[in-house]
Amino acid sequence: MLERKMVFLGSSILLAFIAMSVLAPLCKYDPTRGVDEELLPPSREHIMGTDNLGRDVFSRVIWGSRTSLLIALISVLIASLSGIPLGILSGYFGGKMDRILSMIMDSIYSFPGLILAIAIAAVLGPGVLNVSLAIAAVYIPTYFRVMRNTVSKVKNELYVVAARALGAGDLLILKDCVLPNLIPSIVVISTINVADAILTEAGLSFLGLGITPPTPDWGYDLSNGQRFILQGAWWLVFFPGIMIVLVVMGLALLGEGLSEILNPILREEE
Amino acid sequence: MKLRDYVLIRVLLSIPMILILLSVVFLILRVIPGDPVVAILGPKAPPEQVEELREKLGLNDPIYVQYFKYLGGLIRGNLGESILTGRSVSEEILERFPATLELSIVSMTIASLLGVFLGVESSRRRNTPVDVSIRVYSLAIYSIPIFWLGLMFQLIFGKYLGVLPISGRISPLMEPERITGLYLVDSILELNLRAFLDSIEHLILPSLTLGLVLSGVVVRMTRANMLEVLEKDFILASRARGVVERRVIYKDALKNALIPVITMMGLQFALLMGGAVLTETTFSWPGIGSYLIMRIGYRDFSAVQGAIVFYAILVASISVLVDIICAYIDPRVRY
Repeated sequence: MLERKMVFLGSSILLAFIAMSVLAPLCKYDPTRGVDEELLPPSREHIMGTDNLGRDVFSRVIWGSRTSLLIALISVLIASLSGIPLGILSGYFGGKMDRILSMIMDSIYSFPGLILAIAIAAVLGPGVLNVSLAIAAVYIPTYFRVMRNTVSKVKNELYVVAARALGAGDLLILKDCVLPNLIPSIVVISTINVADAILTEAGLSFLGLGITPPTPDWGYDLSNGQRFILQGAWWLVFFPGIMIVLVVMGLALLGEGLSEILNPILREEE
Repeated sequence: MKLRDYVLIRVLLSIPMILILLSVVFLILRVIPGDPVVAILGPKAPPEQVEELREKLGLNDPIYVQYFKYLGGLIRGNLGESILTGRSVSEEILERFPATLELSIVSMTIASLLGVFLGVESSRRRNTPVDVSIRVYSLAIYSIPIFWLGLMFQLIFGKYLGVLPISGRISPLMEPERITGLYLVDSILELNLRAFLDSIEHLILPSLTLGLVLSGVVVRMTRANMLEVLEKDFILASRARGVVERRVIYKDALKNALIPVITMMGLQFALLMGGAVLTETTFSWPGIGSYLIMRIGYRDFSAVQGAIVFYAILVASISVLVDIICAYIDPRVRY
């Protein structure tokens, strides 16, 4: 029962997040331009106050969800579309290729993900696509490892051996016997991946390696707001951060609930 | 297998892993499109200057020559010279390493003590409100960006309560003589109480930030392992013999649940280093993480490469060390 509640709560938060980014144009103020005096505390006019350039913090927070969602989705797509096929092929065909690939992936996996992303982002420079690539690179090994281990286990199951004995080709076996076993893991990993990607993106932008101004971005706005902490401008750092916490928590709830419900295989992996 | 043989094999096995990591770093920093020289000098630099720097950095050599030069340098412990300062990158990194080490040790201690305690309490009160709140805590703490937690602490303790410093490692001019480079240790060795207290004050917020975030994982692992161990027969036997509950939990069960937790904590080292980069940047803590970010800002790519190589070697060494410790504690691991 607890799992179902987690999934429900998590997906509600996620839906709200998506709605927010879709409906961002309804905001009253332009997020990239100063619309009032600088550093105004929250009031009826600006419910989250204004920043050091007189921009409306509420608009920036809402528009920021777009940046965050966009980068998270692109990076998850890149990571899964490269990690999943590589993992399946490696696990299914085995051999030398598998050993080499696994070793490379394990090495990358052992390295601190954020630092890898920092290195790639530093070389590629800022921008939506570059940041997405940097984040994706960190998660390719995660997809690869889970896919590879599941496939190499499944391919020796009796029903697969039977299918092969009946003359089924590799393609048919992969499609009909192997793939259905992978779907639950893919769903769970990608959910957690989106959460991690949002955190990593915020981190990179906080460090000045992600999205550049004036594009609204939670991580960038937090690093900008840090300069005004001693002046007591709490609204600059409070609101963008609490958004990240809510969204990531929603996704984490969803991921955790889903994994309890659909995934006895994944639990063994851990 | 003897412990000595195990150690030897484990160390040998880590060599390909380190080699792969070093090659990946090389690949990322040299082969990915984008000319480091243009990045350093800017697109409008005169061609002679560009050519001179290319020659100096060895970028005119074929890529495989560059690769072997890079590996050759690493074997001799040479990470090259900083483009910004002209100093040896290894020296600069070793100067800043104690700051990162001090922060990591204190944070890890906070994370382990808090994490194990909460994990144990949560497992022995399974499905009670206490358990649920501890689980919510571990989920919530995962969702909090480290730097945001740091900012909130700065706001509360630095701005509103005004009780703790929000940046740096120690107040200006109070640095103790460098013996180990760890201020807490050095100030004790120097019997300098003021420096000791001052560095503790500076350490509280950063280490609490990093420690709390890491504690979430420890809670989850401890809870899961404890739940498994508490089902075992020897726990039932202890209880049947009338051993006090607290002793059953903290002595019999925890001792057995802790081995996998220690292994996992070793694996969390990568997480710790990543978190340290954000924490150091948030609190202007002069460690390797803030060095890395600062030098990226100056486009000092030899320093950036050096810092990342240093992380790669550090992570690989720690994983070897953890495996050896586990083999030492639990002889079954060796077979």
